[in-house]
Amino acid sequence: MTVIVGPKTKPPEAIKDASMARQKQMVNAHYDRLASAKERGEKVAATFVPGNLNELLMCFDMVNNLPEVNAIQNGLRRQSGGYVMEAEKLGHSEDVCTYVKSDIGMMAKGNIGPNGKPLPDPDVLLLSYTGCFTFMKWFELLRRQYKCETIMFQTPYLADGRITKDMISYMVKQLRQDVIPKLERISGVKFDIDRLREYLRKSAKAEDDHVWVLQSAKHKPSPIDAYFGGIYYIGPIFGAFRGTDDAIEYYKFLRAEVEGRIAQGKGPVTPDGDMGQERYRLVVEGPPNYTNFRQFWKMFYDEGAVVVASSYTKVGGTYDYGFRHDPDRPLESLAEYCLNVYTNRNLPMRVDMLENYINEYQADGLLINSIKSCNSFSAGQLLMMREVEKRTGKPAAFIETDLVDPRYFSAANVKNRLESYFQMIEQKRAGFRGAA
Amino acid sequence: MRTFVGIDLGSTTTKAVLMDDNKEVIGRGITNSRSNYATAARVASEEARIDARFTLFRRALHVGEAGHEHSAEFLAALERNFRLIQFLEQLDDLEETCHRQLEADRFKSIAGPLQEALHVIFARLRQEAASLYAPGAKRKSDFFRDIAGSRFHVHAEAVAREMGIALDMVLNAYDKSIIEVENRPPGGDLSDKFRRAVARMLAADSHAADGEGDFAAMIESALGIELEETYLVGTGYGRVTLPFSKEHIRSEILCHGLGAHMMYPGTRTVLDIGGQDTKGIQIDGHGIVENFQMNDRCAAGCGRYLGYIADEMNMGLHELGPLAMQSNRPARINSTCTVFAGAELRDRLSLGEKREDILAGLHRAIILRAISIISRSGGVTDQFTFTGGVAKNEAAVRELRKLIQENYGEVTININPDSIYTGALGASEFARRAVAA
Ligand code: SF4
Repeated sequence: MTVIVGPKTKPPEAIKDASMARQKQMVNAHYDRLASAKERGEKVAATFVPGNLNELLMCFDMVNNLPEVNAIQNGLRRQSGGYVMEAEKLGHSEDVCTYVKSDIGMMAKGNIGPNGKPLPDPDVLLLSYTGCFTFMKWFELLRRQYKCETIMFQTPYLADGRITKDMISYMVKQLRQDVIPKLERISGVKFDIDRLREYLRKSAKAEDDHVWVLQSAKHKPSPIDAYFGGIYYIGPIFGAFRGTDDAIEYYKFLRAEVEGRIAQGKGPVTPDGDMGQERYRLVVEGPPNYTNFRQFWKMFYDEGAVVVASSYTKVGGTYDYGFRHDPDRPLESLAEYCLNVYTNRNLPMRVDMLENYINEYQADGLLINSIKSCNSFSAGQLLMMREVEKRTGKPAAFIETDLVDPRYFSAANVKNRLESYFQMIEQKRAGFRGAA
Repeated sequence: MRTFVGIDLGSTTTKAVLMDDNKEVIGRGITNSRSNYATAARVASEEARIDARFTLFRRALHVGEAGHEHSAEFLAALERNFRLIQFLEQLDDLEETCHRQLEADRFKSIAGPLQEALHVIFARLRQEAASLYAPGAKRKSDFFRDIAGSRFHVHAEAVAREMGIALDMVLNAYDKSIIEVENRPPGGDLSDKFRRAVARMLAADSHAADGEGDFAAMIESALGIELEETYLVGTGYGRVTLPFSKEHIRSEILCHGLGAHMMYPGTRTVLDIGGQDTKGIQIDGHGIVENFQMNDRCAAGCGRYLGYIADEMNMGLHELGPLAMQSNRPARINSTCTVFAGAELRDRLSLGEKREDILAGLHRAIILRAISIISRSGGVTDQFTFTGGVAKNEAAVRELRKLIQENYGEVTININPDSIYTGALGASEFARRAVAA
């Protein structure tokens, strides 16, 4: 039987600026390193992005494997849909975080990483941030699968909106008495605090440039998109590169690139090239959708909407509020870092942050992308929206998508709301002029 | 005169509104949305232009003013004659198209008898046409497709029986043609059709123009007013594929907000339940949208849902409300999921629950969902306006009133008889402002 297959038209290749290409290279290199870790006798730690202890893991010559990043990569490569369904076949409910299901589905299908090579089994599961209970359940599932040790590093929630001395000493004690000894035992490498200091010093250096880049969005027009583009910018610092020379180099390079754009009065680079005129400046709260990432982004840049600040780019740390890893207080600063993660902040803190962003970045309003399967982000979002609206007087809007489940992305529905929102901003700007 | 056009391309119907410089609506038109949005938009705006002519006639004939008591009758007769002329024209088109179909291979073997049958059927259709548009005649729908379709079936059945040929072949020729005809907006010059309608009336009844003046001359002078399309704005769910360029498009959320404001300036909250989506909209004292929420990707609880239920129950969409009204013990139904609706319905019927109680429960479920969308958008503030197709459903309205009262106390609830035009109305106002600004 002959099967006739129509010509497949591939979408035009996305345009990437040099930093994006470089970032992609780094991610690929990391996956290659992961895939061959066992050959080199390196140990692997699975850990999550928020509050990850990359510098500490490096002290034990461990490579980190980030399941969320795998899910994101699979989402961007349109693999996650199949994985999610696979996990559902195994009995996981429709309501479970789709990062988890993408991960479980990927394991069920042979644990092939985004580079086409099998990912190594972890030697340890390091749960360094438990603000989202899904993380705990996720690792319980992985532990059953890999039968490896799990280390739990408990981060107190900032229920009162501030970090206390007690919180820090509680966490430092966990590091000293539990986390470090276990990592020593599993890796067979003795902990050397001076090594950690060195890594932290490097982290802080990269962090400086990273913050500079994110804050460059205060320019008009903004030279970057701090949400869609921001996803690329946070990759190295939130992932496996913090504490390395590679990260320092990357952010230096990125900064120079952005400086160039500012000098030329240019807006952000989009997959279709330079963005046209900047018409709307937005602050976005909530993670993006990855399965339709480019289509989703296009709905913004086609209308001249640029995101000048986003909370999502702070899930791996709120550096723009002054925090830096500190070689002089190594363990304390690891604790502070975890405590500062965006989702570890209580609602009033998050509202303050969004309000500040709208004011500092002179945004036209707040847009919330509410994620179907992520309770950590979604709980309280409507309340936050109301409050920010009230305080800033700027219009807000609400859209709903999912992380990596393509079934939860309705393009028509999202586009409808976005366009309404942009026109709402327009109408507000015109004030009562047109209302006569 | 300058006119401003608003077109709302909904998933089931397309609406057009024509507005004049004084912000007065002078014409409204509606048609069923087809796969071809461009045609739907053309037909709806043509209908609105026809309606606008009648507004101009009414003005010219001083309808409603003292001393002009016959002018209304004259206009009504004119409208009937005009519609009849239009119907006959489309019938001609349909007949021609049907005959063209017969050239296809599948009809070859019986083309002769089929041709014959079509002649007879169309002769009968033409013969009875006048009675369809006689004074007091009731038509179920004003869409050509509906009127011609139902009558064609009746005659085809009889003729096939009389001639001893296969009915399905006759119907097949019709089915293949009606879509084509429907996608061809009625052609010809409108003014000319109006003139022919006047002539037809005068020929039938020479007293028609007696009384307050020379009606024919007044109509003629009104026809002299040119309706210039100054600016057009399109809206609606088919927006992505709308046959308009970008600067002529406004989101339906904004259009509904503004349209509701124009109908009821005191409105602060708008609920629109359309075929595909449900929206809760908050507007300020100028009709500017402050906030909105809508259903997510799933169409649960939208007009569509009622469509499924009607199909499942083998009923017409418009029969659902009245039947549900007969219930005093609504069933507790929690799912508004279109996928589950059929199963849940069959389940309950098999358990012996009464149809009206189930239906009442379903209506309640839809409104419960709408209430949740409204509350997410900021709740209900006086005054509240309900728009969209479901606003015509009395059972839904009953539940809505009850639930609003329970949750928000006494608020004014507005439901406009022209609520289906709300989006198009807002769009036409955007069109007017685009030029005025
Ligand atoms: S924070 Fe959200 S996306 Fe991340 S693991 Fe928890 S539920 Fe999933």
